[in-house]
Amino acid sequence: MTYNTIIVLAGACLLGALCGAVGSFAVLRRRALMGDVMAHAALPGLPLAFLLAGGKSLPMLLTGAAASILLGMGWFAAMRYRSRTHDDAAMALVLASMFGLGIVLLRHVQNVSTGGHAGLESFIFGKTAGMVASDVWITGGVALVCLGVIAVAYKELRLVCFDPGFAASTGLRVGWVDFLITGLLALAVVVGLPMVGVVMVAALTIIPAVAARFWTESLGPMLGIASVFGALACALGVLVSASQERMPSGPLIVLAAAVLFVLSALFAPQRGLVARRLRLERLRHAWREGRLEA
Amino acid sequence: MNELAIQVRRLTVAYEHKPVLFDVDLDVPKGRLMAIVGPNGAGKSTLVKAILGLIPRVSGTVSVFGKAFSGVDTRVGYVPQRESVDWDFPVSALDVVLMGSYHRVGWFRRPGTRERDAAAKALDEVGMGEFANRQISQLSGGQQQRVFLARALLQQADLYLMDEPLAGVDAATEVAILELLRRMRNEGKTVVAVHHDLQTVADYFDDVALVNLRVFGVGPVAEVMTPERLRQTYGGRLGALETIAKSATGAAS
Repeated sequence: MTYNTIIVLAGACLLGALCGAVGSFAVLRRRALMGDVMAHAALPGLPLAFLLAGGKSLPMLLTGAAASILLGMGWFAAMRYRSRTHDDAAMALVLASMFGLGIVLLRHVQNVSTGGHAGLESFIFGKTAGMVASDVWITGGVALVCLGVIAVAYKELRLVCFDPGFAASTGLRVGWVDFLITGLLALAVVVGLPMVGVVMVAALTIIPAVAARFWTESLGPMLGIASVFGALACALGVLVSASQERMPSGPLIVLAAAVLFVLSALFAPQRGLVARRLRLERLRHAWREGRLEA
Repeated sequence: MNELAIQVRRLTVAYEHKPVLFDVDLDVPKGRLMAIVGPNGAGKSTLVKAILGLIPRVSGTVSVFGKAFSGVDTRVGYVPQRESVDWDFPVSALDVVLMGSYHRVGWFRRPGTRERDAAAKALDEVGMGEFANRQISQLSGGQQQRVFLARALLQQADLYLMDEPLAGVDAATEVAILELLRRMRNEGKTVVAVHHDLQTVADYFDDVALVNLRVFGVGPVAEVMTPERLRQTYGGRLGALETIAKSATGAAS
């Protein structure tokens, strides 16, 4: 393994941990699909940033992506509050339209620019081959800061996710906490774009969280397990992607996460399918033998 | 008695086009156990939420202990409807009760041993001590309701607003919860509860507010639950209203 691979691997692990932790709150607050809308809404920002800044520096591109997300969210909010479109319809509309716009702009950039645009396409499915240490620092830095924020605001995040009405009655600004959740989710999506890609980065915020829920009945451990699952999926995806020519990392990362989910759903000790089935069979057996007591 | 826990004046609340509450006045004296009663969709929960400042008002004023709600929110406890939360959420009963201490602990600080002990004690008080570490989906409906009440106890408030604290609980739990509410009242706290069972209002509560878009009567049960007022509140649909009114005014006098 080269030095660069190790650095990229470390960044991938931090990214996965962040997506797992942030995603847990998003899933529990029933905002799981919001990440997907954000990710797709980010796409137009990449070619636009490339055109405006005239280069491919990652900070510039990610700033463009973040601005694009902000625009998409603003559009979503306007539809929701002004035109009374239902959430799911508004999300689908923003997601698809922004993604369409992104693809068109991307192709336009390829047609007009004489070169240097190569690599923009890789934001769709994610690629780690071209990443250098300085790119990873961005991912890692943002991930660490976000994890720190989660640690500080853990109590409030949990309260709002569980019982927003009660939270508001105690004087907590629920809107601000929701804004924090959305903001953290947006940051996770943005820094996840290079490695996982527009199409699949949202899955990295959802799948590890849902898988982790099978293993525990407590939020603290759930965050930990989701982070570990996220990191594991990212590490596996990045490693396989690095060893294969022309293999995008996003799909590999999400596939690894999906495998972790299936294993969790089947084999988790209490909530897993197998454990539940075994419990039932044991009860039936006891009943047949007349050992089952009230 | 001369001071009011809650004073609502000319309150109007609307969700879409039509008002849910219209021009509502409500006085709740301190140290009383009051039921908010009315048919489904009458705006009972909305009234509670409006007092707590959880939903925007179209017009009108609400004061709690003579002040705007935001100035006294530490003195007010809230028990939401049990169905309003996801009980599959990964928390234990004790964790939920601990949420009652968050406000006093301060935002972004963690509850310590003192709060955990107090939370365990609150669970004991509602007879749920042995379930402290249970994940909340593994509790029965009545037990979940008691967890919510224990959380309210931990708030150590002077005024409690409860949204159907007796909904969907068995008879034994109902009696236990009622005992708790009375004890709180006897300690000088004010308890206002949305209640769905007309039959038990007279036995359980000191005061009643009859609500259906407007308030058709507030005050001691015996004075307020007249056949006339119940007919106004329920639109004269229930034949049983007469009997209920008779027993209510009789039982309380």
